[in-house]
Amino acid sequence: MIKITLRATLLLLMATGLLRPAWAGLDIEITQGVDNPTRIAVVPFGWQGGSVLPEDIAQIVSADLSRSGQFSAMNERNMMSLPTRSDQVYYRDWRILNQEFLLIGQITAKETGGYRVHYELYDVYKQQRIVEGNVNAGANELRDAAHLISDKIYQRLTGIKGAFSTRIAYVTVDRKADGSERIKLLVADADGYREKVIRDSREPILSPHWSPDGNKLAYVSFEGRRPAVYIQDVGTGKRDKVPSFRGMNSAPAWSPDGRKLAMVLSKDGNPEVYIFDIASRKFTRVTRHFGIDTEPSWSADGKSLIFTSSRGGKPQIYRKHLQTGQVERLTFEGDYNARGRLSTDGRYLVMVHRRQGVFHIAVQDLKRDRVRVLTQTQLDESPSIAPNGSMIIYATNDRSKGILAFVSLDGRVKSRGPSKFGDVREPAWSPL
Amino acid sequence: MQLANIFKVTFLGLILVTAAGCASKGGDSDAAAGAAGANGEGAYGAGDRASLEAEERAAADAARAAAEAEQLLNITTFYFDFDQSTIKQEARAALEAHAAYLVQSGSNVVLEGHADERGTREYNLALGERRAQAVARYLTVLGVSSQQIESVSYGEERAASLGHDETSWSLNRRVDLRYGR
Repeated sequence: MIKITLRATLLLLMATGLLRPAWAGLDIEITQGVDNPTRIAVVPFGWQGGSVLPEDIAQIVSADLSRSGQFSAMNERNMMSLPTRSDQVYYRDWRILNQEFLLIGQITAKETGGYRVHYELYDVYKQQRIVEGNVNAGANELRDAAHLISDKIYQRLTGIKGAFSTRIAYVTVDRKADGSERIKLLVADADGYREKVIRDSREPILSPHWSPDGNKLAYVSFEGRRPAVYIQDVGTGKRDKVPSFRGMNSAPAWSPDGRKLAMVLSKDGNPEVYIFDIASRKFTRVTRHFGIDTEPSWSADGKSLIFTSSRGGKPQIYRKHLQTGQVERLTFEGDYNARGRLSTDGRYLVMVHRRQGVFHIAVQDLKRDRVRVLTQTQLDESPSIAPNGSMIIYATNDRSKGILAFVSLDGRVKSRGPSKFGDVREPAWSPL
Repeated sequence: MQLANIFKVTFLGLILVTAAGCASKGGDSDAAAGAAGANGEGAYGAGDRASLEAEERAAADAARAAAEAEQLLNITTFYFDFDQSTIKQEARAALEAHAAYLVQSGSNVVLEGHADERGTREYNLALGERRAQAVARYLTVLGVSSQQIESVSYGEERAASLGHDETSWSLNRRVDLRYGR
């Protein structure tokens, strides 16, 4: 009886929005997709086991592919048949339904515990199976298996590695009636599920950044009312405080080899970029200017750092070549360009760009020096590029609340998380 | 030695000085400090020689000056223009009163730098830091030891006003001065 009441209460809380992750995957709203999304039918996977499976793999894969904006996944209710094996596939059914691709599969329980998930992808027009594979999953790993299958399908059909198995770190702020704040650093799957609190504080938390192996986060915390950079293992929770100094300790950015952190200190009188060597715990100063130097970010080859500087009077993005020491200015369009992030291939610079007094996410093609504004919302900030280079997650506002939104690097696909009570901000996309 | 003596005047003298500094345009800070010493001694000398009436007037002046100084010391928030860290003219009198108090009392002070929500969070942290540093520099020029001052920038993380318009933004671009921690 009590159990039922508890469940009913829980359902009620969920329905009223009082209990939900910061941005549950199902709530992600595609506001703009590609013109002709690839049509795919993902049939519910077969399962002979007696119990009800904790996760619906087909639904997770459908949601993943739809969220990319490049696919339109068919609603299960409109399917004429529900094949789970190759001998049950009738191409004609799917051609009538105007589907280009078909994904089927089966789940079997392993004697040693956990599951084996078999999947097959068909090209409906060519009438052939184009992908077949198996994924082994532990008892609590069906979601991981589903994301892995999404990755394989996405890669086969777009030629780009899928990033559905990645995670996103972000910060939420709940403002209490008495004016105090509860600030949390969280990590969730890229679809918003399996949210986990990494740090809970009354003081600001900022600038989460993933280690290249995806196991740790570096971030700034003001606990003790002074800022310091911390390195925290996401799995074990073990924390390490980076030596801190009077004034600023901010904007940590892991080097691609994971051995160093670029960060900003004002200990020498002014915000400057330094490199912290994690093993030797030594700092090397990188910038030297009386203006503001901040927001360092590494190029994928680790040979240069980009950073924001006010040395020209207004914030613009510069690049420092670490071997030669040479500094070049990268941005010239507009009077506010900041927090740059380079695409893995180094060709695109994603940044916060002010146009007519409004802050947008923009991308600059460094080959052609052309700037393209990607977002139309206001106060857009903290862009973070997916490790496969397909999408950018960023923070924006909806009715004065912080929400997370996505835009593809080419600007064709847009989606946004829901606005919930409290603010969501500072997203950081994990590596693959 | 002479410079040390200038800072050894009594707090009353300092208050008078601050009041004088407030009345004057308060331009170059070195010049202001020099004028401060001269005015302080002048006030004393006059008091010694003057009649009872003059003494009373001086006492009344001092009381008014003390009240004014107290009022100035109540001002603990100093505002800035967008993307700027230059101390505004109207902030100087109050900062001079705080400097005088800090020199006299040897208290510690925390300067919390803030920015409005526009622009990136990390750049705004740097901007808040620059604002706190600008105030710190002004205080040290007025004789406060840098050991007494700590600056912490919160960037846009601790808004004083939660609105999304110029009125709120102008209230958020600030340095809060807090004593004793």
